Amino acid sequence: MEAILDNFKFKAARALTELTLGPPGVIAPEKSSVVGQKCNKRALPEKNDGATSPVAKAQVVGWPPVRAYRMNSFRARKGEVDDDGCGIYVKVSMDGAPYLRKVDLKAYNGYKELRGALEDMFKCCSLGGEEGYDESEYAITYEDKDGDWMLVGDVPWGMFISSCKRMRIMKGSEARGLSSSA
Amino acid sequence: MAEDEEEEGRGDTPPPPFSDQVLENVLENVLQFLSCRRDRNSASLVCRSWYAAESQTRHDLFVGNMYAVSPYRAISRFRRVRALVLKGKPRFADFGLVPFGWGAGFASWANAISPNCPSLERLTLKRITVSDADLSLLARSLPFFRDLTLLCCDGFGTLGLAAIAENCKRLRVLDLIDNVLIDEEEEELVDWVSRFPASPTCLESLAFECIDVEVNFVALEALVARSPSLRRLRVNQHVSIGQLRRLMARAPQLTHLGTGAFGSGGGVLVVGDLESAFASSRSMVCLSGFRELDPEYLPAIYPVCGNLTSINFSYTDISVEQLKPIILQCHNLQTFWVLDTVRDEGLQAVAETCKDLRELRVFPLHPTEDSEGSVSDFGLIAISKGCRKLESILYFCQRMTNAAVVTMSKNCPELVVFRLCIMGRHRPDRITREAMDEGFGAIVMNCKKLTRLAVSGLLTDKAFEYIGKYGKSVRTLSVAFAGNSDLGLRYVLEGCPKLQKLEIRDSPFGDAGLLSGIHHFYNMRFLWMSSCRLTRSGCMEVARRLPGLVVEVIGDRYLDEENQAIEKLYMYRSLAGPREDAPPFVKIL
Repeated sequence: MEAILDNFKFKAARALTELTLGPPGVIAPEKSSVVGQKCNKRALPEKNDGATSPVAKAQVVGWPPVRAYRMNSFRARKGEVDDDGCGIYVKVSMDGAPYLRKVDLKAYNGYKELRGALEDMFKCCSLGGEEGYDESEYAITYEDKDGDWMLVGDVPWGMFISSCKRMRIMKGSEARGLSSSA
Repeated sequence: MAEDEEEEGRGDTPPPPFSDQVLENVLENVLQFLSCRRDRNSASLVCRSWYAAESQTRHDLFVGNMYAVSPYRAISRFRRVRALVLKGKPRFADFGLVPFGWGAGFASWANAISPNCPSLERLTLKRITVSDADLSLLARSLPFFRDLTLLCCDGFGTLGLAAIAENCKRLRVLDLIDNVLIDEEEEELVDWVSRFPASPTCLESLAFECIDVEVNFVALEALVARSPSLRRLRVNQHVSIGQLRRLMARAPQLTHLGTGAFGSGGGVLVVGDLESAFASSRSMVCLSGFRELDPEYLPAIYPVCGNLTSINFSYTDISVEQLKPIILQCHNLQTFWVLDTVRDEGLQAVAETCKDLRELRVFPLHPTEDSEGSVSDFGLIAISKGCRKLESILYFCQRMTNAAVVTMSKNCPELVVFRLCIMGRHRPDRITREAMDEGFGAIVMNCKKLTRLAVSGLLTDKAFEYIGKYGKSVRTLSVAFAGNSDLGLRYVLEGCPKLQKLEIRDSPFGDAGLLSGIHHFYNMRFLWMSSCRLTRSGCMEVARRLPGLVVEVIGDRYLDEENQAIEKLYMYRSLAGPREDAPPFVKIL
């Protein structure tokens, strides 16, 4: 008993003299030591988020240079979301465009980036930038796991990418009236 | 290059006198034997009659950039062409850097070919958008059409394939490789395999691994059964292993087999039965497929391992343990494509057995910058020590050292193609933390036959200095996230006289670097630069000084200001001038 009390006093005494960043009298919580455990990836030389588990780096377009055909055929086989950064490929159709495209939802950090990428992709179908172009003339929708068609942007990004099965860009009269605020 | 030099109004000259006619006939007979296109280009420059004779006798036409010449011009010069190879989009299109709708549509060529090229028998298209209508047009117009090879193309579907199957009575080769078919709804899908004529066919090669829809198996089996000349058969992943066995029984003479799924979906098959099928395939030299591999069936291929010269395991995450028993029997292997799941240890096994290896490609299972990475400098060194005859390597990894690359440069003097992709951008030597300059420097220094090079990792201008100084045979160079300044680009453009294809992304090269290549751009097929430091004025300067180039700025809609940075530059020499099918987001300067 004595030993336990002594131990406690010792720790308390130590705590009093411990340097912290808070105002006096506040005891800073011990730093979580969980950081290293979940991570079996090499620490990136340029950035190390110490406090939280590392977020997979947002991928650069076309890097590493593996042909889309090769990436898609492997993903299609797996068919489900991979957590180690393998990418979630969904089809994107646009009214009036001759072909569908596929995008990797994991390559984007949020809705703004996704929109930008889709604009880029469907440039030739004048999704963005023509004279007199009105932004509310198109709406991006997606089919969720229940088979319902929803407007992109309503739910948190993480929820969106895990429930999105495919996307469709609606144009013109169908899109008018649908809010497209980001 | 000679194929681009041409005189106008050739067809209007009066018929030559008798002795010239004799000369031309003799010349034509002699030129029949000249097959190399570079030799032919040289021959056509000698004088008009040589030019004419060469044009009449060229049967194989290679057009490395379909926008370099108008189809009518090409076809009216080479009236008797029998085989045509056409390439479209720049290679970086494979990685999503070329926006949808950029171009490379086949229609204008199809329309030129169908009435004017009755002798055309063989067609190979790469990175071109081919529609069902184009395929149908060709199939119906060309009576002698035999070979169709489509590589990395898109825009067509089962309807186009049906047209080919149905109308090309002499079809020998239908090779569909790495294409992206249009999305067809269920009811639109056509049973193209059933459209082949009911009589015995001349088919020698049928490859449809990229067709991601089920084919009519009964029709396929019947087709194989009535195609006695069939040597190469590569099926898609919807063909089960049981079905594969049946096909093999119908075609024991196969030399190349794409095995489809090779997995346990759909039916039970005893390994022994499959093994007998392989044992009966005495001519088998090339295996690919394994799209949904069940490792239990791997031992079935043992009977052919000793004869195999080529294996493609790159679509399956085969492990070291699964690979070893196979590779140890493959003494004659020359080409090996695999995923990095086999690890350095697997590559060690390859090095120990495959002494005749010429081409190795190691692809990443997880193609991201921060994945684990299962192969490293150890694997590269092992390969270099065991496979001294190596000519071509493509190696994706997360960790590499200069020392390993230097070792390979010394052990493998036959290297013609060296493509190393260290997946982490700007990643240095894993041990010394230095740039990878010395490694790539050693490659260009020691590998005298090197014509194609792809660099990666942390690289300074020094690396490019080496390339410019020693890379005298380099024709193709791929650069990404490398270099410090314009000097790097200058070294290459000033130092590499044979450079034809240069593709650069995300590197700090600007107008000064670009302009240092003015003297050389007419000798190149193309230059691609994206996310570098080019500005509108630099590109305009090139366009102004080299009117024979087409200078495309892709993606930037408005080019108002002189110093405006441009995102993507694609430029190429052309006899056809600015193309008419450029979409709104392409500005031709």
